[in-house]
Amino acid sequence: MANNEQSTKVDATKIDAKTPAGPLAEKWSNYKATQKLVNPANKRRLDIIVVGTGLAGASAAASLAELGFNVLNFCIQDSPRRAHSIAAQGGINAAKNYQNDGDSVYRLFYDTIKGGDYRAREANVYRLAEVSNSIIDQCVAQGVPFAREYGGLLDNRSFGGAQVSRTFYAKGQTGQQLLLGAYSALSRQIGKGSVKLYSRYEMLDVVVIDGRARGIIARNLVSGKIERFFAHAVVVGSGGYGNTFFLSTNAMGSNGSAAVQMYKKGAYFANPAYAQIHPTCIPVHGETQSKLTLMSESLRNDGRIWVPKKKEDAEAIRAGKKKATDLKEHERDYYLERLYPAFGNLVPRDVASRAAKERCDAGFGVGNTGLAVYLDFSTSIDRLGESTIRERYGNLFQMYDKIVDENPYKTPMMIYPAIHYTMGGIWVDYELQTSVKGLFCIGEANFSDHGANRLGASALMQGLADGYFVLPYTIQNYLADQIQTPRMSTDLPEFEAAEKAIHTKIEKIMKIQGDKSVDSIHRELGLIMWDFVGMGRNKAGLETALEKIKAVRHEFWTKVYVPGLNNDLNVELEKALRVADFIEIGELMARDALMREESCGGHFREEYQTPDGEALRNDEEFSFASCWKFAGEGKEPELLKEALDYEFIHRQQRNYKA
Amino acid sequence: MEKSINVTLKVWRQAGPKVKGEFETYKLDNVSIDNSFLEMLDILNEKLIHDRKEPIAFDHDCREGICGMCSLYINGHPHGLDAETTTCQLHMRRFHNGETITVEPWRSAAFPVIKDLMVDRGAYDKIIQAGGYVSVNTGGIPDGNAIPISKIDADEAMDAASCIGCGACAAACKNGSAMLFVAAKVSQLALLPQGKVERTARAKAMVAKMDELGFGNCTNTGACEAECPKAISISHIARLNREYISAKFKD
Repeated sequence: MANNEQSTKVDATKIDAKTPAGPLAEKWSNYKATQKLVNPANKRRLDIIVVGTGLAGASAAASLAELGFNVLNFCIQDSPRRAHSIAAQGGINAAKNYQNDGDSVYRLFYDTIKGGDYRAREANVYRLAEVSNSIIDQCVAQGVPFAREYGGLLDNRSFGGAQVSRTFYAKGQTGQQLLLGAYSALSRQIGKGSVKLYSRYEMLDVVVIDGRARGIIARNLVSGKIERFFAHAVVVGSGGYGNTFFLSTNAMGSNGSAAVQMYKKGAYFANPAYAQIHPTCIPVHGETQSKLTLMSESLRNDGRIWVPKKKEDAEAIRAGKKKATDLKEHERDYYLERLYPAFGNLVPRDVASRAAKERCDAGFGVGNTGLAVYLDFSTSIDRLGESTIRERYGNLFQMYDKIVDENPYKTPMMIYPAIHYTMGGIWVDYELQTSVKGLFCIGEANFSDHGANRLGASALMQGLADGYFVLPYTIQNYLADQIQTPRMSTDLPEFEAAEKAIHTKIEKIMKIQGDKSVDSIHRELGLIMWDFVGMGRNKAGLETALEKIKAVRHEFWTKVYVPGLNNDLNVELEKALRVADFIEIGELMARDALMREESCGGHFREEYQTPDGEALRNDEEFSFASCWKFAGEGKEPELLKEALDYEFIHRQQRNYKA
Repeated sequence: MEKSINVTLKVWRQAGPKVKGEFETYKLDNVSIDNSFLEMLDILNEKLIHDRKEPIAFDHDCREGICGMCSLYINGHPHGLDAETTTCQLHMRRFHNGETITVEPWRSAAFPVIKDLMVDRGAYDKIIQAGGYVSVNTGGIPDGNAIPISKIDADEAMDAASCIGCGACAAACKNGSAMLFVAAKVSQLALLPQGKVERTARAKAMVAKMDELGFGNCTNTGACEAECPKAISISHIARLNREYISAKFKD
């Protein structure tokens, strides 16, 4: 094994990631060969709570139940099939090398590490690439109707950040099909009685007894009743916290509350600042918008992005006096092609997003709000014909037409960046265990694998890797020592205290009876996040954000109005509890972004850029995962660092110009 | 075209499953036609909250037409009048200035109202739990390319698998039948070699569960196909019937 030549000078706190020793390619095999297991008779006596039914949660719950554990599975929606994994469009990566184009586990590992701007843990990412192939096999066996060639074999498409075709897909609905596959496996176990499903239940706290997670407190969203649940281990796959920004491509119910609950019970919150902003979303239409819709990244293959060259034209378009098609070729500024001649419209997500924001901020934006740029297919339609474009993007064009009421075959699409995914999340070690014993975190909710930026088609891969092939192994290494622990009573003082704290919190919120709706406060928070903790961040802006978030917190706790009763179905109360936590996350994001004095992946600090305006990493001082440790209400959290030593690959600066 | 419209809403309000419900009328002015139908309800709710009244409860989540959580009978049609559109993808530009819009929950015996426009669709989950899967455990699976599958079958299975489980089919059916929902899953798995092994047991178990849960019988009116936001074809019902009959013959 090569000695690490690029070890960081980070003064890292002792955070033990429990990465197994040995060569990169043998770590996972070695781990599995030596880990502790639980025998079948003992499995039946062990309860596991799984929170969430997305790709990670459903696959974990199903797999654990198949092994013989007794599983309790929770989701906030009416059915496990609604989890937001269902909305993923593009596909799922795997290193099958079916195309014979030179793919391998190592190459998938390398692309993922590089795409994450060298801010992920090598051993985790290698394991992810290693299990990727089994995911495809598993899904095929479940009856997932992946796209196929005429010869009957699986088809692949290419995606950003890779030179090979390794993305498996099911039309533009890959997330839906994979989730329904996991949902069917989960349903089979529910039918057998090995998983007990609690739908329309929301986790409100994790219960820790003698330093170990031993259950959760959850609210029955229909009756409003607060209930207690014991388990020998708790697994949380509750998704990302993108809705901190109010407007995002996440579902309306997606939230970061489970993460905040874990954080406040001692789990570190890692890299909160790493959020991905996707460049091709349908722009905001007005102040009453509730969410944003993503248009697949693949559109940039055939679309050219532009804004008017002259401000007068942009103003005329915004006022409705001119149309995009009125502008002649020489009146258009194809700014990505101008700035990045080598990659043009295909620069990575973060670069494309920042460039769009810069143009709009400078007054060249289009649409009625001025916060949009054109994505124009006319050149491609002239070259390839409308039918080819229809074949490639028909469903997306139709979706656009439905939402915007404009025909993108005739007039350019309007797009604008939006928050899409959060790479940060609860810190986990190699076993996906948080810093609280017995508390595990999987899928988007954890911080692992994607570093500072996630590549397309890798979210589905990570969710299913965690749930099907990693957690069912690693959790046994923990549970093997718990076989002597009997099921505990939920009357224990720790359960009592956790429930009481929730009642107090809910009563406090209900009693405020102010004059601000929950949504109006959430929107305020979202605007602060977007303006100061969004695509371009700087010291002064982040300090302003911290001040403003403080004010929003004060406003929430003095002016929010929640109608209805606490012991009834009360959607406003559900939202209020989530917004209270989004405020905490927003503050943590701003704090983390302020601390990280470098630019990397989705985190761009304007002070740290190359002369060409590209992200400038500082590996010397910032090659670490920032782990925030809760220090008590109203106190500044403590920063711990997990050093990211690159033992196996060399870090490089990204370049998309030449 | 006007950029905003005034509408009158007749909305079904029902405090709980056992309480009698009734229509309430609300006037909403200056609704931007770029708003989606659910954003319009958000605006109404904000107004109700502002007036210290209880907002209307309705189900929704992804707002991209894929999660299947939104529902609503709008002017007598599940997900409104537009073809191949979920309520969350329906926009206010489809309505006229001054129009009265009637909004109701799914009306189906197997989907009891929880509150206002929210219904319990747990019955659909129970049907899947009865057999809407391939009985494979995690791991130990042969290579994904070990069994070639014809593109035609894979594509047809994909069309069936597009079902979002929203419940519009049963809500649209005068008999309250869930046949299109059941057929979509049975058909998807019967078309693929991985699902063929259990095809007879699956068809019987899912149909039996559907009957047990209080869904009605199919009389081939085709309302389900017409209202399905994912345009799932009733030809899948024909396949379900074949699967079911051949399963019964084997008994």
